[in-house]
Amino acid sequence: MTQPNRIAWDGLQIDRRRALSFRFNGKTYQGYEGDTLASALLANGVHLVGRSFKYHRPRGILSAGVEEPNALVELGREGAHQPNLRATEIPLFDGLEARSQNCWPSLKWDLGAAVQLASPMLTAGFYYKTFMQPSWAWRHYEKVIRKAAGLGKAPTVRDEARYDKRHQYCDLLVVGAGPAGLMAATSAARRSARVILVDERRELGGMLLEESVHIAGQTAKQWVQQTLAELEALETVTVLPRTTVFGRYRHGKFGLVQHTEQGQVLHSVHARRAVMATGAIERPMVFSDNDRPGVMLAGAIRRYIRCYGVVPGRRAAIFTNNDSAYETARCLREAGAEVAAIVDLRERAPSVAGLDDVEILTQAEVVGVQGSQHVKAVEIEVGSKRRRIACDLLCVSGGWTPTIHLLAHGGKDTLAYDAAWGAFIPTCSEPVPGIHATGACNGAQSLVNILAQGIAAGEAAAEALGCEAATPVALPEVQHRGGELSPSAAPVCEVRGGRGKKFVDLQDDVTVRDLELALREGYRSIEHVKRYTTLGMGTDQGRTSNINGMRIVAERLGKRIDEVGTTTFRPPFTPVSLGALAGRESDRRLDVLRRSPIHDWHVRNGAVFMPSGLWLRPQYYRRPGHGETLTEAARKEAANVRDKVGIADVSTLGKIEVQGRDAAEFLNRLYINRCGNVGLHKARYGVMLREDGFVFDDGTVVKLADNRYLISTTTVNAGAVLSHMEFHQQMVWPELSVHIEPVTEQWAVVALAGPASREVLARLMPEEDVSNQALPFLGYREVCFQGVTTRLFRISFSGELAYEIAVPADHGLTLWEALLEAGEPFGIMPYGLEAMDYLRIEKGHLIIGTDIDGRVTPHDIGLGGMIRGDDDFIGRRSLQRPALTEEGRPRLVGFVSADGETPIPASAQLVAERWTGTPQDSLGRITSPGFSPVLDCPIALGLAEVEAEGGSLYAVSPLTGEQAEVTVTRPVFHDPKGERLRG
Amino acid sequence: MLRIPCPYCGERNYTEFTYGGDANQARPANPATVSDTEWEAFLYRRGNPAGEHIEYWQHSFGCRQWLKVVRDTVTHDIVSMGGHGMEGGEKA
Repeated sequence: MTQPNRIAWDGLQIDRRRALSFRFNGKTYQGYEGDTLASALLANGVHLVGRSFKYHRPRGILSAGVEEPNALVELGREGAHQPNLRATEIPLFDGLEARSQNCWPSLKWDLGAAVQLASPMLTAGFYYKTFMQPSWAWRHYEKVIRKAAGLGKAPTVRDEARYDKRHQYCDLLVVGAGPAGLMAATSAARRSARVILVDERRELGGMLLEESVHIAGQTAKQWVQQTLAELEALETVTVLPRTTVFGRYRHGKFGLVQHTEQGQVLHSVHARRAVMATGAIERPMVFSDNDRPGVMLAGAIRRYIRCYGVVPGRRAAIFTNNDSAYETARCLREAGAEVAAIVDLRERAPSVAGLDDVEILTQAEVVGVQGSQHVKAVEIEVGSKRRRIACDLLCVSGGWTPTIHLLAHGGKDTLAYDAAWGAFIPTCSEPVPGIHATGACNGAQSLVNILAQGIAAGEAAAEALGCEAATPVALPEVQHRGGELSPSAAPVCEVRGGRGKKFVDLQDDVTVRDLELALREGYRSIEHVKRYTTLGMGTDQGRTSNINGMRIVAERLGKRIDEVGTTTFRPPFTPVSLGALAGRESDRRLDVLRRSPIHDWHVRNGAVFMPSGLWLRPQYYRRPGHGETLTEAARKEAANVRDKVGIADVSTLGKIEVQGRDAAEFLNRLYINRCGNVGLHKARYGVMLREDGFVFDDGTVVKLADNRYLISTTTVNAGAVLSHMEFHQQMVWPELSVHIEPVTEQWAVVALAGPASREVLARLMPEEDVSNQALPFLGYREVCFQGVTTRLFRISFSGELAYEIAVPADHGLTLWEALLEAGEPFGIMPYGLEAMDYLRIEKGHLIIGTDIDGRVTPHDIGLGGMIRGDDDFIGRRSLQRPALTEEGRPRLVGFVSADGETPIPASAQLVAERWTGTPQDSLGRITSPGFSPVLDCPIALGLAEVEAEGGSLYAVSPLTGEQAEVTVTRPVFHDPKGERLRG
Repeated sequence: MLRIPCPYCGERNYTEFTYGGDANQARPANPATVSDTEWEAFLYRRGNPAGEHIEYWQHSFGCRQWLKVVRDTVTHDIVSMGGHGMEGGEKA
């Protein structure tokens, strides 16, 4: 297949031996390795690539890089595609598939274009003004408007691309690998600085790749390759092509996205210093129908010809307000294209060698473009005379805008308006401490100056970094074929005549008329004009439109452009995909997942898991072939504990060892009940408060040996309790000699509970005396089980005779299976969190996070009696605060379902009368609804302002509408005297 | 952004640390003798300066030491830092 616009030049960056096949809008084309999608489309004569956002006007490719406002495409199979990618940045690969956006049923026949018939209405603020009344109708309007609005379509299937993150540190980050960046990186690298050199393009060299220039006696391409070879040979230098620095943050931190063939890598770079060598971006001109496919930036034409061997037209016209576009005329002619005319706004044209026979019209303007889907001719006006010039390409240049975005992330005070550029440039060569600006983005115009500034910036950075001295980089000799042309532009970007739409922002379809309307309606601040018209608010962030828009606004207001000022620059410089920001942290990798040492057994035996903090814990066991529901299984598991014996995996409970001379004193200051005074080999239930007097955590304190204690915490509070203890030890009582060590992961712990638990234990450890005398309630003993140190606690959460057995984590599964075997004759069954909940509610045991929610004092939950002594502990003083001692605070009570059947809803509010929807005062709330296997009826714990037992209330869930009549009881439903657990 | 020079581990990323709030309030030595108003001030009254602020950070994913850090709330510069006994701190 032929590529009609391709020429056979040497030194291009494409590889003609490697032809690639790709599909665009369903049609197959050929390109070459090294092409971008845009260059390959242009090589095939495809100019029309998309439809515009608002008016659905046909649009072509404007630029050759990151600034592209028009050529946004969907890449990849439909549904699995990525939307809104710039065709100018997509490297071509074999089998690539892409489609146009914003058109239906096809790009050429787009029904949405009918909207143009209504375009006189579709001015700035149209939606705000039109759809305000009546307000109820907005939800109907919205559906239609949302469908019509937006760029591209979101993909519908899972993103299969790979994403990762890296943190990097360097002495110097050089942004941009054009002439200035290459020189800065070389200068600093020679002085042994650790350098990261970044460029958003695949091919490095920046502007050099589009200029006809010799450096140090070599072609620009050879010189770039040689310079890069020197850099890449150094271990201290990292070169990252196809990497965009999207944001500059405080303290030398930069956000980078690197595109690779496998996916994207987000680099978080901490740089001690940085060099900005970001170059400049060409501006278009604003004239009638300036958005037609075939209207392209003059500099982009040079890049397409000199990098890709693509000549986007046979007969071109050029429209400019500066000298640099004349180079495009030379370039086009070298490539065999005809230059019909150069239309120059200025009074005088420069004398440029090699263009003697080209018609140059000065003080001339393009007032119209003919051809709706591709340029056929341009209408020009010279003086008062109009002329039509037939052409298939219009190259425009409205001057160049230094790319100062990264410098301005963090403040615009680093910028000043420069008349020669007609744009903002940095105020000095180090506008932000530690950040050097160099080359075109710093206002340097000729290549020699750009190279010299690059060397100077590299040297200055190395000097400031304290790098050792080295032979400085010599300024290379530069030879321009035909002389260098300046980008200095006349201060005009706009043609007043002409009847068509004059687009300022091509991506958001903002015209001169929209800006004028905004000003007529009273908008003055450029920030307001921007928001009202959406100027510069597209995915291109107005890279080609902002300066032109500001100039037009300034002119209409009779102000200078620097009085109007710029809008705020914010990261990201270019859109960053959510996938890149998420990296690997999605789905199961979103957070740490912790599993108990016995986890695999639970999996094999039908456990249904639920999260508890970062842990996964069995909620219940679904026995094979039984098809039990959660409730059925949990009732059975709980009843088995009450009647026989059960085991539960409680390895996740937090465990902290506290040792040292002052360990007892330290614990006494943390717990309300002097846990440090617990006897040797004894356990004590303890409660900790926060300093504001509310209950923080509970657990047991066991004295393992003199000056050595083991404390347990609730699963979810393990980290917080550790941090709380460390804080008080290090910052409040540093005089106490205490060592704190978290040991949660070191131990696997199994709770063995039920009337038969002692027999099971005796069978498990026949050599140990586990009688009630030898191991009484709240007793502790260290034993040996299968050759490993084992900790045996007589602790009960279920209210039954119960033990907790702890072994080193690796032996957890052995212990678990041995217990099941020993308990088999007694009908042992594992039980999960749901059954554990039933049992502890029945017993009136509370849980941190549900019953104890950070708003209750020990007195509220009936634990006021635990407070011992009169010395200080954390939270004691706060308990005397008036609000915490007043009468009528909600206190812990129990509830049973009045009819013995209706479940008590979760998160229910308590009210006095049956709920009919009429508001009533809340008298409290249900904190733990459950089911009592002993009473065979729904029960609950709650906090309520009620006095009398036996009273009747209604528990109402305002969210689900469920309610149950409940009877107030004591908050213990089973064995209130604790005979079973002591037995 | 924030790089915190831990006196024990060296300069580390702030993501290794946990913020612990205002460090201007020392816990009264004998809370029982303190008035309700003074106790309330210790518990709840906090300044919100635009500028230097003494605050607690714990090096949670490092040495687990609690540190007193003087941070400029406007620039996020770490001005100085130290452990419990810090008086004015060591310059970062």
